Amino acid sequence: MFISTDEIIQTVRMIQQEHLDIRTVTMGVSLLSCVRGDVDSTCRAVYDKITSCAARLVEVCRGIEVELGIPIVNKRVAVTPIGMIAPADPEGCVKLAETLERAATAVGINFLGGYSALVHKGFTPAERALISSIPEALKATQKVCASVNVATTKAGINMDAVREMGQVIKRAAMLSADTGGSCCARLVVLCNAPEDNPFMAGAFHGPGEPDCVINVGVSGPGAVKAAIEHVRGQNFTVLAETIKKTAFKITRAGQLVAELASSRLGVPAGIVDLSLAPTPAVGDSVARIIEEMGVGRCGAPGTTAALALLNDAVKKGGLMASSHVGGLSGAFIPVSEDEGMIEAVRRGSLCIEKLEAMTCVCSVGLDMIVVPGDTEAHTISAIIADEAALGMVNTKTTAVRIIPAPGKKVGDTVEFGGLLGSGPVMSVRQYSDSDSSAAFVERGGRIPAPMQSLRN
Amino acid sequence: MSAAEKNNMIKGVLTVLGKDRVGIIAALSAMLADANCNILDISQTTMDDIFTMTMLVDVSDVKGGFAPLAQALKAKGDEMGLSVQLCHVDIFNAMHKI
Repeated sequence: MFISTDEIIQTVRMIQQEHLDIRTVTMGVSLLSCVRGDVDSTCRAVYDKITSCAARLVEVCRGIEVELGIPIVNKRVAVTPIGMIAPADPEGCVKLAETLERAATAVGINFLGGYSALVHKGFTPAERALISSIPEALKATQKVCASVNVATTKAGINMDAVREMGQVIKRAAMLSADTGGSCCARLVVLCNAPEDNPFMAGAFHGPGEPDCVINVGVSGPGAVKAAIEHVRGQNFTVLAETIKKTAFKITRAGQLVAELASSRLGVPAGIVDLSLAPTPAVGDSVARIIEEMGVGRCGAPGTTAALALLNDAVKKGGLMASSHVGGLSGAFIPVSEDEGMIEAVRRGSLCIEKLEAMTCVCSVGLDMIVVPGDTEAHTISAIIADEAALGMVNTKTTAVRIIPAPGKKVGDTVEFGGLLGSGPVMSVRQYSDSDSSAAFVERGGRIPAPMQSLRN
Repeated sequence: MSAAEKNNMIKGVLTVLGKDRVGIIAALSAMLADANCNILDISQTTMDDIFTMTMLVDVSDVKGGFAPLAQALKAKGDEMGLSVQLCHVDIFNAMHKI
């Protein structure tokens, strides 16, 4: 036959038994052409632009799913950071958020990203208004995702923004106290945010992007785990090669979907994000890959090295499979969205500090971490500062998506449902009064950009 | 545009996995014939005690459309206790050919 039965069956198994899927087809839409003299007119222009660009997105993706037999789990839209088109008043910003929600509902997508501000070097008045409106905007919507870029390798860390984001996260949690602070699951604080990231909550359509573009994020932790089960006990060269080959196949499926969606929608294909994105389903976990490599429990010594190998092999395998690579590209470690991570926290092998180390070698950061509701705003800001420092110094994207669940204590669990999963409340090293990090956070100003030479 | 779309013929792959029994090929090929799909190649084997059949079919001009046929074949498979899937050949070419 044209292609061997073994190969056909391997693909069918990857999809049916190992949860291989296309995690997201995200259409990026520029809203720079939508700015008008008053906020109501801007809102109308924004609604019209999104609903006309993305009118056929869901229908086209469904057609591709049936034809290729591979699920496309999410169809999403990312827009120009709203801070770039918003008025300098928080109420006007919330109106824009509500418009985004209506547009998302009209085109049938489950999340829309871009309620965002890029403030790594400083704020405009509109960005200040937008950031202060984030809790209310998230409360007023279900599908809108917010993100704030507070640092880059070239600009350093905007510590005023870091301080404010601690307070914004606390307020967003309080406004959604009845659902465990779930608004915070749609809010991420970034360092070196990519402009073409198809994944939520950090997706936005960067100012360097074309008017409209299709970006695709792949997935497949289950397929990687199944592949490396066949090389148990063999050396790291064999292990890395096995992961690379699997990542190549996974990414080729993503590339094909990107090409088909792009041609059928008449929109240029942007990038494929070479990612391993877990879900709470059993058999779709990044933590279980690390354990399959031989680290008995995710979080135990060896975890960081295992994750480094995994992340690197995924990228190397994926690079040749795709014409253009971008986004976050690498393994994700969102605690509440990964069945193996959840168990690792419950049995005490995984703590925030170990996760912080892991974020030095993988694609994102402290993601979907639930902490006690009494965690102070300045403690959250200090955690963001630490994570931003890792990204800034190592020239990589890092992020913090943290949920201080009101009324919850260490050992409790918060249910978010769906892809967001359920998060065990993790312990934070928090000290009171003069031993806290408050004085550090209160300084304000900017942490200077790091050296790019003498790198030790 | 994908490779299959560039040529006029659009090829599909029908995959059947499960326990062998009388009439699998008869039932599925009758449905393909009714839908105006020519069978181009067929291969069957047993892998790890599981009956495995793959069929290459011409789905350029499916009567009633590709999606309803794929759905009907899947339903027929469920009825016979088999996992049946019809999809375009592009996904296999993409994943296994450089």
